[in-house]
Amino acid sequence: MTVMLPWVLRPLAEAGRWLSTPLSPEDYLSLLDPLWPAGELRGRVEGVHPETADATTLVIRPGRGWRAHLPGQWVRIGVDIEGRRHWRTYSLSSPPHRPDGRITITVKATPGGFVSRHLARSITPGTIVRLAGPDGVFVVPEPTPPRLLFLTAGSGITPVMAMLGSLLSEEIAADAGHRPPDVVLIHSAPTPQEVIFGDRLRRLAARSPYLRLHERHTRSAGRLRPADLAGLCPDWTQRAVWACGPPGMLDELAAQWPGPARRLRIERFTESLLPAASAAGAAGGRVRFTTTGRETDADGATPLLTVGENAGVLMPSGCRMGICHTCVAPLRSGRVRDLRSGLVHGDAGDLIQTCVSAAAGPLELEL
Amino acid sequence: MTATAHLTLDDVEEFGRELDKIREEVLADLGDRDARYIRDVIAVQRRLEVGGRVMLLASWLPPAWLAGTAALATAKILENMEIGHNVLHGQWDWMRDPKIHSTTWEWDIVCPADLWKHSHNFVHHTWTNVLGKDRDIGYSAMRITPEQDWRPIYLAQPFYNVLLALFFEYGIAIYDLELERVPSGEKTPADVLAQLGVVARKVRRQVVKDYVAFPLLAGPAFLPALLANLTANLARNVWAHTIIFCGHFPAGAEFFTEDRLDGETRGEWYVRQLLGSCNIDGGRLFHIMSGNLGHQIEHHLFPDLPSNRYAEIAPRVRALCDRYGLAYTSDSLARQVGSVWKRVLRLALP
Ligand SMILES: Cc1cc2nc3c(=O)[nH]c(=O)nc-3n(C[C@H](O)[C@H](O)[C@H](O)COP(=O)(O)OP(=O)(O)OC[C@H]3O[C@@H](n4cnc5c(N)ncnc54)[C@H](O)[C@@H]3O)c2cc1C
Ligand code: FES
Repeated sequence: MTVMLPWVLRPLAEAGRWLSTPLSPEDYLSLLDPLWPAGELRGRVEGVHPETADATTLVIRPGRGWRAHLPGQWVRIGVDIEGRRHWRTYSLSSPPHRPDGRITITVKATPGGFVSRHLARSITPGTIVRLAGPDGVFVVPEPTPPRLLFLTAGSGITPVMAMLGSLLSEEIAADAGHRPPDVVLIHSAPTPQEVIFGDRLRRLAARSPYLRLHERHTRSAGRLRPADLAGLCPDWTQRAVWACGPPGMLDELAAQWPGPARRLRIERFTESLLPAASAAGAAGGRVRFTTTGRETDADGATPLLTVGENAGVLMPSGCRMGICHTCVAPLRSGRVRDLRSGLVHGDAGDLIQTCVSAAAGPLELEL
Repeated sequence: MTATAHLTLDDVEEFGRELDKIREEVLADLGDRDARYIRDVIAVQRRLEVGGRVMLLASWLPPAWLAGTAALATAKILENMEIGHNVLHGQWDWMRDPKIHSTTWEWDIVCPADLWKHSHNFVHHTWTNVLGKDRDIGYSAMRITPEQDWRPIYLAQPFYNVLLALFFEYGIAIYDLELERVPSGEKTPADVLAQLGVVARKVRRQVVKDYVAFPLLAGPAFLPALLANLTANLARNVWAHTIIFCGHFPAGAEFFTEDRLDGETRGEWYVRQLLGSCNIDGGRLFHIMSGNLGHQIEHHLFPDLPSNRYAEIAPRVRALCDRYGLAYTSDSLARQVGSVWKRVLRLALP
């Protein structure tokens, strides 16, 4: 029967396309079930759980077409706010293959942040969101290294939460002959109340002999410095390290890491852009989007992503800060300015990250 | 330019600035309410279509035939007028939803969206009612203003206007190929051939769906189902033709010559859009079924504002026109249709 299926399904699908032209059968089926993959992956928010005063976990049921993630990976999520679609990137905080088939993300409301405040404070169960991914290389390799160190701060705990779930899961612990790895987690937050997943982490550490948890409460103890690490985890340079937190912490760590580079893995939620002022005077130019035929003027400081969105072009985007590469588009002609380094670059055919590039003179993008 | 003789150049620019302000205000106010509106209309349209098609499976029963045909015709009208036309104008692009976007939308008529967007959004909306520029004046086939030279062929125009109404979607497809630009060399025969290929593929899919696939599904009711599809398409064609002809051709609509375009300012552009367009009075349902083209004036002033907003700004636009002493032409559907037909009949003769 399973061998027969494609033979039956293919003509059926083809017939469906003829019957639903110029739309697709999925456009009609999604009237019945909004999670039907109508050319785009969707998810339904089914639970909203506050974690701390400003962080919230969203439980999402992904629609058909979702493939399981690796712990540590992120998902892009498209959410409609005031009628407009916005895309952002969030690490999955749930381990893969939950029995209920759902995934979670945990969002911290960034001060002044447009999407994060909506997700952390206003979104309601039942909301349909768009999903893309999962993706990302901030994962634990196979075979699992015997000794691991996680260095996290603030919302940087989210990808690590998913990894801990898998590393220390009961099945592995029960699996005789398979020794769980030795895990150290050093996590920073301003106060004990502001530790996202605080209770769960503490319970996990109390229960599992393989996890050592050190909380650093920075309001009283000050920021964690790489120099403090030897005291907290003497063999830290011998461990495989995963680090996720604010840019300052990650930059410092990367600069002072004494071990081999391949053993330090870093996930950045934000990228430090040039202060807007330094690019403000730079000359832009006429930007033409060749596929859609739209045209507009751009200054030398506005990301081409924003320029395109304002011109009504459907611009792919994810993190909007140069990390995920969702926004790349081929440059047809002209040159761009990298808003992180200020460098002007680009040859015809180059793939440009539109979220961190501005026009450096007239240019054409294939979008 | 008698209609604007009482206005100074400054008046015209001030008029334009006031319209810009209305536009800005609407743009700043767009949000959930508007997004919900278009999604609701799309959901209703698709349900109506599915419902109609299901009823037509039993179309050997006269009541099922009637109800199914009515539902299908209504769905097709909604799809073309309030959804397709307006989405293709980019009225909903601001939502950034690739499923409801002018660059991805394809509609349920034989004319491919891309072809239509060029000839309609660009040529017609930019050159509205300028003789020799706006190809929509009589659709290059009819004499709609006395300024067009009379030719004997126009004697037949009442007859082919009826044909055009019935087969409007095909008329539009052929018209959008811009065949008259081939002899002048503005367009090569190869271009036309390539576009013809695109049109032919679209026609094939549309025809197979409406006249082969769904009638076959109806089994013994093949013939009544086929007739139902034909009726729905014809009804949609006649309705679209009627509404569209009432937009620019009733008495009161002005036509312009090309010299008007020399150095035309934004204010003058607005005035031309206003004077070249006519509204149709009607209730909420009428406006939805006509794609809000009963607000043709508002649509021509602001072609990319969401259609659900036209009714809201119409009183302000009208008051503004009164204040500047500019004609704002609006009348009932019956009178506008009468006025259009009078023109078609009268101008058939020299
Ligand atoms: C791979 C990856 C994984 C991520 N995972 C998570 C996660 O699990 N949980 C989570 O809460 N966020 C996560 N983020 C960050 C998230 O994608 C958004 O950037 C963040 O929620 C802010 O979005 P916003 O729309 O609210 O801010 P915006 O309105 O876009 O920005 C407002 C201001 O805040 C600044 N800003 C943006 N992000 C941050 C930040 N993280 N910290 C401080 N300032 C910032 C911006 O530069 C800007 O000045 C992740 C980002 C990446 C790239
Ligand atoms: S949107 Fe992520 S790299 Fe540009």
